[in-house]
Amino acid sequence: MGFGRIAFTVAITMIGLLFITFIIGRVMPIDPVLSIVGESASKSTYDEAYRQLGLDKPVIVQFLYFLWDVVRGDFGESLLTARPVLDDLIRVFPATLELATVGTIIGVTLGVPLGVIAAVKQGTWIDHIARVVALIGYSMPVFWIGLIGLLVFYGKLGWIGGPGRLDIFYVDIIPTVTGMILIDSLLAGDTDVFWNAVSHIILPAGLLAYYSLAYISRMTRSFMLEQLDQEYITTARVKGLSEHAVVWRHALGNVKVPLITVIALSYAGLLEGSVLTETIFSWPGIGLYITTALLSADMNAVLGGTVVVGLVFVCLNIFSDLLYKYFDPRSK
Amino acid sequence: MTNLLEVENLTVKFPTRNGMFEAVRDISFSLGRERLGIVGESGSGKSITGRSILRLIRRPGILEATRIALEGEDLLKKSEREMRKIRGHKISMVMQDPKFSLNPVMRIGDQICEAYRLHAKASKAEAREKSIKMLEAVLIRDPERVFNAYPHEMSGGMGQRIMIAMMLIPDPQILIADEPTSALDVTVQKEVLEIMDKLVRERGMGLIFISHDLNVVSAFCDRVLIMYAGRIVETCQADKLHEAKHPYTRGLLNSLPQLEHPVDRLAVLQRDDAWQTAPSVSGTLEADH
Repeated sequence: MGFGRIAFTVAITMIGLLFITFIIGRVMPIDPVLSIVGESASKSTYDEAYRQLGLDKPVIVQFLYFLWDVVRGDFGESLLTARPVLDDLIRVFPATLELATVGTIIGVTLGVPLGVIAAVKQGTWIDHIARVVALIGYSMPVFWIGLIGLLVFYGKLGWIGGPGRLDIFYVDIIPTVTGMILIDSLLAGDTDVFWNAVSHIILPAGLLAYYSLAYISRMTRSFMLEQLDQEYITTARVKGLSEHAVVWRHALGNVKVPLITVIALSYAGLLEGSVLTETIFSWPGIGLYITTALLSADMNAVLGGTVVVGLVFVCLNIFSDLLYKYFDPRSK
Repeated sequence: MTNLLEVENLTVKFPTRNGMFEAVRDISFSLGRERLGIVGESGSGKSITGRSILRLIRRPGILEATRIALEGEDLLKKSEREMRKIRGHKISMVMQDPKFSLNPVMRIGDQICEAYRLHAKASKAEAREKSIKMLEAVLIRDPERVFNAYPHEMSGGMGQRIMIAMMLIPDPQILIADEPTSALDVTVQKEVLEIMDKLVRERGMGLIFISHDLNVVSAFCDRVLIMYAGRIVETCQADKLHEAKHPYTRGLLNSLPQLEHPVDRLAVLQRDDAWQTAPSVSGTLEADH
């Protein structure tokens, strides 16, 4: 796939996404004018605001204006924070990115081996335990397990930091570079802030990791079972290879390819921002931001957030396609 | 001279919902430095027999035998770790379809080198050199290119040559060829067989050739075991296959079309339940054969 084709795919997908979100935003029974001027405004004030927002023009023209603004990076102002939506997004997205990345790293490093071992030990107690662990990960609601986690590890044991990204004493000590505190604190060489951030992220990231681990380990297991039945596995055994090499080199080498898609999808899911997790842990991420905006009819913020989420999805898809080509010689 | 391989009273069972299924039932045979054909229809237990020799029957299959001896050493007494030193190194196997028996995401060269370096202490460069020589030995014209290629870039015939190269590179004493040409075009079959035959002769190896193709087996092997329902029903010299006496073998032979004697209708094999229960014929050679 050439660069031009990638750019074309991205452009088409994004325009489609923007169009749908825009239309939904317009047909929703929310009056954007009313939420600006307030209920007790006079008719003339209302009409003035109506014109200023460009709502008197045809919908398609409004959409083109909107598109042009987005291309210039102008999502308008958020009603709620009274700041440009772009600034808000730059602030909230890194928080989600940090959380999702840590969660995915933990989920993959534990989930893939767990799935492999469950496949190799199919039908034994190890397999059953792995299944139960995954099932719990799927089915326990995060608002419950998150609260219990906070209660036990923060409230009773005091092993970890509480809600939020940092303790109040550490806020705003280090300069913001990437917006991800783990990285920024290391860049600033401030290990105190780093460890404090770690103590705050570990529980929410752990919970997200548990959820993605559940999914990744089940998929890994089924991919592995499929591969372990293949004839080239017998070939590897005939050569005299150890089971370890047969499983981790030959079978996992082939599982890597479909696994990329699974991991990318699970990562993208976390990057959308997990509303419940972010709410419980007061994590100022994009999930919390969009939900709050939606509840107060802040359409600029909702549209801006949607664009970011869409962009993340598209980018991860392209990235996993590239990895796919790298790992699977047949697709070259 | 002792036999290379002696198999005594081999039985392989698989538990099923309707009780134990015996895929191989109490067979005995031996292999000298010769080409031994095993023929039979699908499900007659010939492939399972091949895999039993390598002790590669996967659970829940159960392998039982009085003895499976390689040059007098009983393989059944070996630990799994010791067995791994036998596999590839002493006994190797070429399987049916190279499309499935080569790892699709590993370079061909890496797969051959892996087979070599597992049993020989060799540097990467030595292994590479040896692998390329081996690819030449199976008459691959452009070994350097093939070394760096992936299996999907190869045709079936090429793939099977690569398999042969990979399985012969550790210099085993026995090669089990499990339907090595069944997945290939008829035109390529002969080439691949000739390559295999030449290498096996040059190295003085024993060959177990598993096939359902009576013509190929009688032309290619020294001795033939005919299997039916997990037993050996007859054994004979390959060139005397047409003189075979067992009704099953006769039935198989009669169901083949012959160029010299065209018939309107080919005979249909009439099965006899007695074949299933009759005891196995021994395929063992006398030690001084």
